[in-house]
Amino acid sequence: MKILYPFIAVIGLMFVAFLGVQLGMQSLFGIVIPYLAFAIFIGGFINKVVGWAKSPVPFRVPTTCGQGKSLPWIREDCLDNPSTTGGVVARMALEVLTFRSLFRNTQADVYDGPKLRYGSSKYLWLFALLFHYSFAVIVIRHMRLFTDPMPFFVPILEFFDGILQIGAPTLYQTDLIILGGLTLLFLRRIMIAKVRYMSLPADYFPLFLIFAIAVTGILMRYFVRVDVINIKQLAVGLASFSPILVDGIGSIFYIHLFLVCCLMAYFPFSKLMHLGGVFMSPTRNLANNSRMVRHINPWNDPSIKPHSYASYEDEFREFMSGAGLPLEKELPVEEPAVEDQAETTETPAE
Amino acid sequence: MADMKVDELSVSVARDPSMMTGGVPTKDWQDVPAIFKPGNYCYPGKKEMVEYHSKSFPGLFGEPRDWLVEDEDWKLPENWKEIIINGIKERLDKFRSFKVFMDICVRCGACADKCHFFLGTGDPKNMPVVRAELLRSIYRNEFTKAGKILGKLAGAREMTVGVLKEWFMYFYQCTECRRCSVFCPYGIDTAEITMMARELLHLVGVNTNWILEPAANSNRTGNHMGLQPHTLKENVEYLCDDIEEITGLRITPSWNRKGAEILFITPSADFFAEPGIYTAMGYMLLFEHIGLDYTFSTYASEGGNFGLFTNNEMMKKLNAKMYAEAKRLGVKWILGGECGHMWRVLHQYMDTMNGPADFLEVPKSPITGTVFENAASTKMVHISEFTADLLRHGKLKLDPKRNAHRKMTYHDSCNPARAMGLLEEPRYILKHVVDDFHEMPENTIRESTFCCGSGTGLNTGEIMELRMRAGLPRANAVKYVHDKHGVNTLGCVCAIDRATLSSLVDYWVPGVDVCGLSELVGNALIMDGEKERESGLRFEELAVEDEGEADV
Repeated sequence: MKILYPFIAVIGLMFVAFLGVQLGMQSLFGIVIPYLAFAIFIGGFINKVVGWAKSPVPFRVPTTCGQGKSLPWIREDCLDNPSTTGGVVARMALEVLTFRSLFRNTQADVYDGPKLRYGSSKYLWLFALLFHYSFAVIVIRHMRLFTDPMPFFVPILEFFDGILQIGAPTLYQTDLIILGGLTLLFLRRIMIAKVRYMSLPADYFPLFLIFAIAVTGILMRYFVRVDVINIKQLAVGLASFSPILVDGIGSIFYIHLFLVCCLMAYFPFSKLMHLGGVFMSPTRNLANNSRMVRHINPWNDPSIKPHSYASYEDEFREFMSGAGLPLEKELPVEEPAVEDQAETTETPAE
Repeated sequence: MADMKVDELSVSVARDPSMMTGGVPTKDWQDVPAIFKPGNYCYPGKKEMVEYHSKSFPGLFGEPRDWLVEDEDWKLPENWKEIIINGIKERLDKFRSFKVFMDICVRCGACADKCHFFLGTGDPKNMPVVRAELLRSIYRNEFTKAGKILGKLAGAREMTVGVLKEWFMYFYQCTECRRCSVFCPYGIDTAEITMMARELLHLVGVNTNWILEPAANSNRTGNHMGLQPHTLKENVEYLCDDIEEITGLRITPSWNRKGAEILFITPSADFFAEPGIYTAMGYMLLFEHIGLDYTFSTYASEGGNFGLFTNNEMMKKLNAKMYAEAKRLGVKWILGGECGHMWRVLHQYMDTMNGPADFLEVPKSPITGTVFENAASTKMVHISEFTADLLRHGKLKLDPKRNAHRKMTYHDSCNPARAMGLLEEPRYILKHVVDDFHEMPENTIRESTFCCGSGTGLNTGEIMELRMRAGLPRANAVKYVHDKHGVNTLGCVCAIDRATLSSLVDYWVPGVDVCGLSELVGNALIMDGEKERESGLRFEELAVEDEGEADV
C-alpha cells in the first residue's frame, strides 16, 4: 500500500494531463496550472521558511563533531565544531554541497558473542549526490527554454553534460545519472528492511514523481521528438508574463509539464522542504561559542528563581551551625532553661 | 522480564528475531501497541513529588495522583488531549529546532543503526527516525495541511492514549545522547525531540520518580542525593580521612566560604558513591597540591541537573543556584567537576537561562595565569580544561608509575563530546598520568561515542535489562580493547558514567574498573610532605615496581 498508492497517484496525474490535453484544455495545462503551481511553490516555500524563522532559537545547541575551542594550544576543529561565523559557513557549505554528515555513515551489524561491528557505508551518500547534482544540472539546463538570450553558463554546462558526445541529439549524462540515482534510492528504500519499515507513502511519491518527470523528459529529447522551438516560445512567454498558446506541442510535453507543476505545488508541504530546512537547523548553523558569547532567549522567564539560600539556611540552620558551617543568620541565642540543661549533655563536636 | 543472565542476554541480542538480527515485524509500527511489563519501564513519580514540583510550577507537572504504568487507566485529566495538542503548539512557537525537525526529515535511515537503544534491542521504534515519527505523526495530523487532508497517507495519525503510552515507553528509551544527530544530513537532533516529548508528558502527569525525586532533592537540599549540609560535610571528612591514611596529609576543604577565589561544583555523587568518591579525593588532592583558594558549597552542591530531563523551566530553576551561590560568596569564577549532562547545561544553557554573570570575572588560573577565554561569558571552567592547563605549564609533580596498575581506555561522555567538543583535554591529562592508554575503535569514540545506556535519568534499577542492552555498544568496545590490549580501566569524565558504566562493565566485561580522570591525577600527584604511598586512592594495590617489569 505504501508503495502502490503513490505509484497509482503518479500514473493518475499523468492520465489527468493526457486527458486534459485531449479535451483541448491546453491553456489550462500550459498556462494556468504552471502559473498556479509556481505561485504555490514560491509562496509556500517562503511561508514555510518564514514560519520556521518566526520561532526563536532559545538555546545555542550545535551538535559538536570535533574538538571545541578551548586552550590556545589545543587545535580547534574549525569545520566540525566551529566557534566563528566563518567556520559555521564552511561547515554549512560542506554539509549542503558535499553531504558531509552522510559521508560519515556506517552500518552496524551484530554477531554472536555478542559482537557489534561498524562498517563504512557510503552508498546513501553516493546515491544522494548522484541524484541531487544531476537534478540541479537538469534544472539549470532547462533555463535554455525560459531565457532569450540564455545566460552564459547554460551552454557551458550543456557542453560538459554532453561531453561524451554520444548519439544525436547528444546524450546528457545527467539524464542517465538521475534515473540511476532515483532507481538506487528506490531500491535502497525497498531492499533495506529498516528503511522499508520506516518509509511512508510520502517517501515513495516524490521518487515516482521525479522519475516520471525524468522519463517523460528523456522521451521527448531522444525518442518522441517534440518541437523545441514551439516549446521555447511557450516557455519564454510564460517567463516574460506574456503567455501565448502554441500549437503543435505533443501531449507528452503537457504530461511532463503537469508533473513538474505537481512537484512544485507539492514541494512546500512535503519533506522536500529539507532544501530550505537544512539551512535552518540549529544543530548545524550555530557556532559553538555559548560560553564565550551570551546567547539570548527572547522568552527567557526572569521570574523563575532558585530555591533561595535564605530559605535553605532557614531549613537547615541548626544542622549547619552544628556542623560548623558559616551562616548568614546565626541561630537565636536561647537561654537554656535550667531543667533542660541536664538533658542536653552532649554538645556537638567542633 | 527479570534481569537476564549475561549468557542468555548475549544470545538474545545476537539471535532473537529483531530488526538488528534481520527480523522484520509483520505489522507497521503504527499498529504495534506499547505493552508495559516489569523491567521495561521506570516507576512513575510519587504523588508527593508531583505535588512538590507543582508548587513551583503550577500545571507543568500535571495533576498529582497515584498511578501505575501497567494499569489500563492512567488517570489522565479529562482534557489530556487538549493539553498535549496545545503543548505542542506552544513548543512549536518557542523552539525553532522542534518546528524544523518536525518538517524536514526525509527518512533516509542514516540514523537508524546509530542509536545504542536500537543496537541493543533491535526494536524498530528505537530507530531515531521512528522515535521522532511517534511525535511527528501527531504533529502532521494537527498542524499540517497534508496531514489534515490525506491523513494516514501523509503519515498522520490521531492522538490517542495508546500513542501517549508509546511516547512514555520510547521517549524514556532515549538518553538524549545526540549520536544520531551527528549522522543526520540535516542535523536533526532526537535529543531536542525527546525533550519536547518529555515536557509534554509531564503536562499530563506522566513521569518517572527516578527523575522527579532527585530534582526535588536538588531543589531543597542542594543536591540530587538529598544530602543535608552536615551530612555532606561529614561525608567529605570521611574522604579526607582516607586521603590522610593513604598520603599522611590532612586536607580540610572549606565550605560555603565567602571571599574564596573559586567556587567548585561537582555532581553530588562524587561525594557519596563509589567510584565517584575517588574522583572527589582526586579533586581535593589536586587543589591542595596547587594551593587553590576554593570553596565547596552545600547550597549549590549539585553539578548535575535532573531538571534537564523534565522541562526547561525546572532546568533553569535548579541551575540558577550556581550563579546565586557564586554571587553570595563573592567568588571570582566557578570551576566545575567531571560530569556529562551537567556540562550540557553549563555549556549550552546556563548563561542564556541565568546569565549574565557580570558579578564574576573572566576565569583566570591563579597558578598559570591562563585566561580561559572560551568561558569569558559563562565564567565557568571544566576541571579537565583547568588540569590540562596546569599540566601544560608543568605545575604538577607527578609519578605516573603509581597508575601502572591501570591499563586505560577512555570513554567520551555524550554531552562533553557532542554538546561541547571536550575531546583532547581529557586525553592530554591521561597521557600525563598513565603510561598505558589504548583508544577504543574509531566509530565508538569522540563524536561517535556511545552512551553508557543509562543517561537522562534512566540509571534506575527497575530497567536493568534495558540498560544492559542499551549499554552494549559501549561495553562491546571496551571488551574489544580489554581482549586486545588487556585494558583493565575505563576512564571517563561523567558522574553518571562512573556509576552506570561500573554496572555495565561488571555485566559485560568483568575485570574492568571505572574511574574519573581526577582520580588518576590524584593518585599520581606527588604531594609535599606526603608519606610513601602503599595503595591507590581506592586502597587498591599498586603495581610492583620491578626492574624485570612484572606484568600481572
